[in-house]
Amino acid sequence: MFDTLSGRFDGIFRRLRSRGRLSETDVDEVAREIRLALLEADVNVRVVKAFVTRVKERATGAEVAQSLSPAQQVIKIVHEELTTTLGGEGGQLATPSSPPAVIVLAGLQGSGKTTVAAKLARHLDGQGRRPLLVAADLQRPAAIEQLRVLGERIGVPVSSSGTDPVEVAEAGRREAERLGRAVVIVDTAGRLQIDDELMGELARVTAAVRPDDTLLTLDAMTGQEAVAVASEFATRVPLTGVVLTKLDGDARGGAALSVKEVTGLPILFAGVGERLDAFEAFHPDRMASRILGMGDVLTLIEKAEAAFDAEQAKDAEQRLLAGRFTLEDFLEQMRQMRKMGPLQSIVGMLPGVPKELRDAEIDEGELARVEAIICSMTPAERQNPAIINGSRRHRIAAGSGTSSQAVNALLKQFKQVQQLMRTMTRGGKGRRRLPVPGA
Amino acid sequence: MLTSTGVVILVLIFAFAAFLLALPAMLGRREQRRRAAAGDGPDGPDDGGARLEEQLASSRQPFRRMRDRWRARRLDDDTWDDLEETLLLADVGVPTTTEILDALRARARREGVRDADALTPLLEAEITASLDHEDRTLHHRPGQPSVWLLVGVNGVGKTTTAAKLARRERDAGRRVLLVAADTFRAAAAEQLAAWGAMLDVDVVRGHEGGDPASVVFDAVQSARARGIDVVVVDTAGRLHTQRNLMEELAKVRRIVERFDGALAEVLLVLDATTGQNGLVQAREFTSAVGVTGVVLAKLDGTAKGGIALAVERELDAPVKLVGVGESADDLVTFEPARFAAALIG
Repeated sequence: MFDTLSGRFDGIFRRLRSRGRLSETDVDEVAREIRLALLEADVNVRVVKAFVTRVKERATGAEVAQSLSPAQQVIKIVHEELTTTLGGEGGQLATPSSPPAVIVLAGLQGSGKTTVAAKLARHLDGQGRRPLLVAADLQRPAAIEQLRVLGERIGVPVSSSGTDPVEVAEAGRREAERLGRAVVIVDTAGRLQIDDELMGELARVTAAVRPDDTLLTLDAMTGQEAVAVASEFATRVPLTGVVLTKLDGDARGGAALSVKEVTGLPILFAGVGERLDAFEAFHPDRMASRILGMGDVLTLIEKAEAAFDAEQAKDAEQRLLAGRFTLEDFLEQMRQMRKMGPLQSIVGMLPGVPKELRDAEIDEGELARVEAIICSMTPAERQNPAIINGSRRHRIAAGSGTSSQAVNALLKQFKQVQQLMRTMTRGGKGRRRLPVPGA
Repeated sequence: MLTSTGVVILVLIFAFAAFLLALPAMLGRREQRRRAAAGDGPDGPDDGGARLEEQLASSRQPFRRMRDRWRARRLDDDTWDDLEETLLLADVGVPTTTEILDALRARARREGVRDADALTPLLEAEITASLDHEDRTLHHRPGQPSVWLLVGVNGVGKTTTAAKLARRERDAGRRVLLVAADTFRAAAAEQLAAWGAMLDVDVVRGHEGGDPASVVFDAVQSARARGIDVVVVDTAGRLHTQRNLMEELAKVRRIVERFDGALAEVLLVLDATTGQNGLVQAREFTSAVGVTGVVLAKLDGTAKGGIALAVERELDAPVKLVGVGESADDLVTFEPARFAAALIG
């Protein structure tokens, strides 16, 4: 996500770093490059203009001139401005004093409302706020069926009774009260912001159920149109926030940058994958860091805290530092790591990961194979892979349904990494950044 | 050379080790942040946001506004800046915009254009001329079923387009079969089946989670036996960055190719509201399954679909159709002159 944008900023900053003092021409050049990078990322033309002007003003001002490392200072300015543009402090769902909280989802066709409804329900369920899904999209064929299937998958009831969206939404609300659910999530039909009739219908739905939150789902791949869509929806219904969808592709997320700036609506959540658990709260400052290639350690910590057993992690750390990290530990860590979500997204959050690894295609099926191979080893083999000879290798391959080559490859890689770890940790505890392998 | 297993392990260990080693530092930083959050935060947004919003609200028809400004004005740098901004607002993208502007500048100089007004017809002509594919028809294979694959990212309107295509072909007197090869999205097959019932067109469907290639194989085989003219295959939406899913799509294509000459079209459905990412989509789908034409869906909003310009410039495949409404007959042949006029108008 945001890859192209971070790639471009990376290039701009790298050139900056090699300079000492910054002349006015330097700043102009950086401003031009930033403008281009943002435009290519689909940031709204006018937002770009305002953004570049602000950066330029500050970059030519005293704070940079007096700084010892002007380049670093410019990067800091861009980061700060980016955070402000993305939404400053971020936002949260309303928590009304008397449940159920009502959330209405609205948006264009194909922006991902139904999927978001299910993902959001799962997300809230995980926080102990038991949701009810309401299928009020009576337009698209089989939309109700889709939500029912998704609801079943995540174990959340789905209500859809009535022949009119307003009726369905109201019935859903009553149903939630009856069942004592904490949250009602209403999925509405996709509509164009200029379709007066359907926009009127949406306004009637929100008037009837008085939502605590009305969220606009927005496709991360949307172009300049995003702000028009958001502004128009905001004039017809009481929008409280935005859910950005399909952020897992290489979409440059310009919509994210523009919407908050133009409408003042915070981006609350982002959909980051096909799986129903690929959904996260949106944090502007963290996203700014991610865009600038600084990693997103805070989200990582939260995910890790949820997935890892602290005691075990400490143990593993000690063994790692002592160079006694075995395949057994590796297997254990891998299992816990997988609980944190798709590997690719985890790697994307790490600071200082070399670009080759960040871009590496990760086949989650590979993980299962690796797990199978290690599971096919005896405890003794896992502790000391050196004892694995031809016949043991053959047995492991047969046991895991892979080939001897695959077993070999794993062992070889593991050995290399072990060596790498040793050189890395020898530097002592002061060293936090990882070296680039082979660099 | 790293094997893929190697990459996975390396990434894993790296991620894991980085995590462990950085943990104390990270926790420290979070503490700092907590303290920072408790204290003074960054300043709130200034009122520039409100002004910007006003500007944008009035920018729904950028070109029209631009031309109003140009009335009785001399051609100068501001005109060119205006033009650049408005093309960018239509999602045309930086490289294509630059190219159009350069060509237009050269022509304006050649022809001695002095008034800003006079640029409009030239711009329209320039855009029309850049859309220079000759053949925008959908291809049929006489004497055997013509298979049309619909591909694209999630939510662009593939299923709706499939239904619209089926209706077009049915109305042209051809025998049509719809194939629901989207075995991933919940109820996708039901959606297409509902359309089939509405249009009175047969629908072949696989079960959820099944192999799309085998669904398609069975469908084409039965289409042959039944003397079907056009087989419209609706595939699951997938982001072009997901290599496995793209590989799955390539497999569907290979399956169709087993029926000699049956594959007549691979149509990439693009959402007209898509920004510059549309270009990457076009590139990736072309390299995976050889796109033969583009369908620009959802052009009925205020989106200008300017990405189509960039896509045509980049790909060999032409834009063949545009979707301009929600009902089944709102799918029309792409006409460069009309598109150019609408883009500017």
